[in-house]
Amino acid sequence: MELSSFFLMRHEMVLLAIALILIIAEILIPKQKKSSAVHLAIFLFGIHTALGFFPLEESSLFGGMFRTNSLIHFFKNVLNIGVFILLLQSADWIQEKIVKLNRGTEFFILLFFSLLGMYFMISAGDFLMFYIGMELSTIPVAALAAFELVKRSSSEAGIKLILSAAMASGISLFGISMLYATSGSIYFHDIIEVITSNNLTILGFVLFFAGLAFKISLVPFHFWTADVYEGAPISVASYLSVISKGAAVFILMILMFTVLKPLMEVWENMIYVIALATMFVGNLFALRQQNMKRFLAFSSIAQAGFILLGLITGTQLGTASVVYFVMIYIFSNLAAFGVVQAISLKTGKENIDDYNGLYRTNPKLSLIMLLALFSLAGIPPVAGFFGKFFLYTAAASEGYYLLVFLAVVNVTISLYYYLLVVRAMFLRTNENPIPFFNNKLYMRLGLGITVIGIMVLGLYSPLYDYIYELSAVFNQ
Amino acid sequence: MDILSLFVVLPVLVIIALIFTKGLKQARQIAMVGSIIQLGMAINLLFAYLKEQSINDSIFVFTRDIVWFEEFNIHYNIGVDGISVALILLTSIIVLAGVFISWKTYDLPKEFFVSLLVLATGVYGFFISIDLFTMFLFYEIAVIPMYLLIGIWGSGPKEYSAMKLTLMLMGASALLLVGILGIYFNSNADGGPLTFSILEIAQVNIPFEAQKLFFPLIFIGFAVLGALFPFHTWSPDGHASAPTAVSMLHAGVLMKLGGYGVFRVAMFLLPQGAMEWSWFFIILSATGVIYGAFAAIRQTDLKYINAYSSVSHLGLVLFALLMLNKTAWNGAILQSLSHGFMTALFFALIGMIYTRTNTRDITKLGGLLKVIPFISVIYVIAGLASLGLPGFSGFVAEMNIFVGAFQNEDMFHRVVTIISVSAIVVTAVYILRVVGIMLMGPVKNESYLSLPQATWYETTGVLLLLLPIVGIGVAPLWLSDMILKSLQPFLQGVL
Repeated sequence: MELSSFFLMRHEMVLLAIALILIIAEILIPKQKKSSAVHLAIFLFGIHTALGFFPLEESSLFGGMFRTNSLIHFFKNVLNIGVFILLLQSADWIQEKIVKLNRGTEFFILLFFSLLGMYFMISAGDFLMFYIGMELSTIPVAALAAFELVKRSSSEAGIKLILSAAMASGISLFGISMLYATSGSIYFHDIIEVITSNNLTILGFVLFFAGLAFKISLVPFHFWTADVYEGAPISVASYLSVISKGAAVFILMILMFTVLKPLMEVWENMIYVIALATMFVGNLFALRQQNMKRFLAFSSIAQAGFILLGLITGTQLGTASVVYFVMIYIFSNLAAFGVVQAISLKTGKENIDDYNGLYRTNPKLSLIMLLALFSLAGIPPVAGFFGKFFLYTAAASEGYYLLVFLAVVNVTISLYYYLLVVRAMFLRTNENPIPFFNNKLYMRLGLGITVIGIMVLGLYSPLYDYIYELSAVFNQ
Repeated sequence: MDILSLFVVLPVLVIIALIFTKGLKQARQIAMVGSIIQLGMAINLLFAYLKEQSINDSIFVFTRDIVWFEEFNIHYNIGVDGISVALILLTSIIVLAGVFISWKTYDLPKEFFVSLLVLATGVYGFFISIDLFTMFLFYEIAVIPMYLLIGIWGSGPKEYSAMKLTLMLMGASALLLVGILGIYFNSNADGGPLTFSILEIAQVNIPFEAQKLFFPLIFIGFAVLGALFPFHTWSPDGHASAPTAVSMLHAGVLMKLGGYGVFRVAMFLLPQGAMEWSWFFIILSATGVIYGAFAAIRQTDLKYINAYSSVSHLGLVLFALLMLNKTAWNGAILQSLSHGFMTALFFALIGMIYTRTNTRDITKLGGLLKVIPFISVIYVIAGLASLGLPGFSGFVAEMNIFVGAFQNEDMFHRVVTIISVSAIVVTAVYILRVVGIMLMGPVKNESYLSLPQATWYETTGVLLLLLPIVGIGVAPLWLSDMILKSLQPFLQGVL
């Protein structure tokens, strides 16, 4: 193996280097200048995001443990952009609240290690690498969820997340061991050859699926979601709901469409039921929420249900639609979380009722929220409409008309609660509204990028065609 | 830029201009100028179409076809025929009149006109689209601003009405979406590629089973917007809570999307499904015609009276479309136009009466003819047009509808037609009742004696709407010629 082939792991190596630089910086930067570490981290990650766009060869390393191809590469870039926006949005929070506690750099280091785990997880060529990646991506997030040490609910969120995540990954590992028992290998390309639909394999698959379903927060593995989102810092909730979920969906899809394809008869029905349950539970529970974080938690559960509409197909159309939707979802959800973040930071208010009359004092923030919610609900002409429409098309192409219909009924339900927020912001008035405030540069950038994404990603059609071409790798 | 895309681009430009305005004065001027240009464009389109039609024999003219999402064969595909030209003209007149009527919107004026124009963009886009995907896209764009328009600037239980309206219409679009996808995945039945293009799908023989399955989905999906009984309940509440200009646009234009969509998509692409299901929907729409008329008699709120009258009149549009023949269809299109102008006029007048008296309850009003003669006289004229008096547009439309409906020779159609015709009598009752109680008789309230007369912007708005009503009534032939010619290709499927 040549040394140059390590460049296939460019994303991973650069990110690791950044994390190490930050550790050194933590030591070197004097205590009163700690906030400069925030600028350094954002700057370095910005460079990393830009570097990611350089083309990369398609190959594998370590005897197939690690692989990369154009779709994986593309998806890593999507994750990078998402994390970059997230960093911009949380910069103010870190500078105002966390640097004082002398833990600013820590936040970035933990976040980057978790992202590194996701890289490995989606690039995995065997179950071992996959499992290591999954663990690496989860454990730092639990520490992040408990980051606001002064808040008890934050510690509660951390402990809830780590306990349930450990349980889930244990179950997943148990499932993997069964798959190994039946196929005699942990390498994906070996398993594809020998996998057949027998009882032990199916049991192994179901247990394995449960572990990932936990990360995507599919019903019935969603119970941790709302509590953790509510307790954790908003940046971390936002990270869990977009980046972590996106990566898990991606690897689950790849595995199901390639390695586990022979089991399609089994997982088709399973996904059908879970998709419906996830959409209905997520949407119906979201109806009664008062806290914006819990509200977005249930909304993100429901969104995961929609993603399954693409997963059920097992086709190239499905792959492309899921990747496209996840990308749009990252932008939309980050915009919504960003606004919640900005308001919470300035005023500490997180309830929907607190948003009453927001438009009259903060029109820009309200409009961004409006766009984000419309995109989540799938109202044209913003991007979410196209994302959802193509998911429906993918599902309908396999004849799932009833599922599509029930999904669109769910959109109507979801529209109700999204409109509740719109109602609070635009229709209602408030004697004691959230006062006008200006956001700092980082937050404005972070929100601006999401708005551009929401407006442009849908209407700009070559993007979808590009993703469709890339998706061919996993659907031969 | 082609002549049709301008109808979508111009409102967007006006919206962008509006964003930079400050205060009511600037906002309404920009909105007015923009709407006048749109009206000019619509009139120009009408003449251009009449000229083009004589030399060009294709179903749609001024077409333009740009590939959008290649993978799904989604195109930005636009074109017009006589029917869409007429409806575009209707829209532009009502939008302009609506801007005049909203001359004194003090609360968030900029946002009001922006929402109004977003709605208009959606409507124009819907009328020029000949691709199912773009059509659906514009349909939803047209519906969603209603939530803000009713919710922010409305009156009464506005939050409830706005939510009810939005959810019912979006729920209907769920059916529509499944129907559209159903058509799309059956569009390769003859071996061609999958397509959303209406013209291409019309050439395909979609299997009978699929037509039977998807016709009701598409029909109901569109017809909810056209207030099909029993899915009409959003309409009275929505109208009652909406501000005047929004009621005008809503009843005048938005509800027309329903009938137009039924005609363009459900009837044209799924003719066998239409023949199979027509009896069922005829019963529903005839029920709506009768029910709407009787419900209007019992109401005392002016807006509710007109909303139920709309349910009745638009039920007639769907009823006529389901009769599946040329005369009835011609009547349906004429009724759409005539009802558009008429209802918009009604709602404009109701708005004027309401701003002066602060009540819409007819039992509290009386003798208005003596106090505000101009508004009252126009109200009487609109009423007479609504009950189908010869010389106004309503008569031409209803005549065509019932003659067409009676051409079906079997018992079922004839009985239903006879029952529906009786709604005309009921219409006369509720119109004349309002005129009698509200306009005639003694003035019931001393303070009404000093009500201000109509201002210049109100007069302009009203006259804009009155002219076409009389115009269509007196000289219907040029319009119905244009419509009849455009109907020809649509008839081949069902005859």
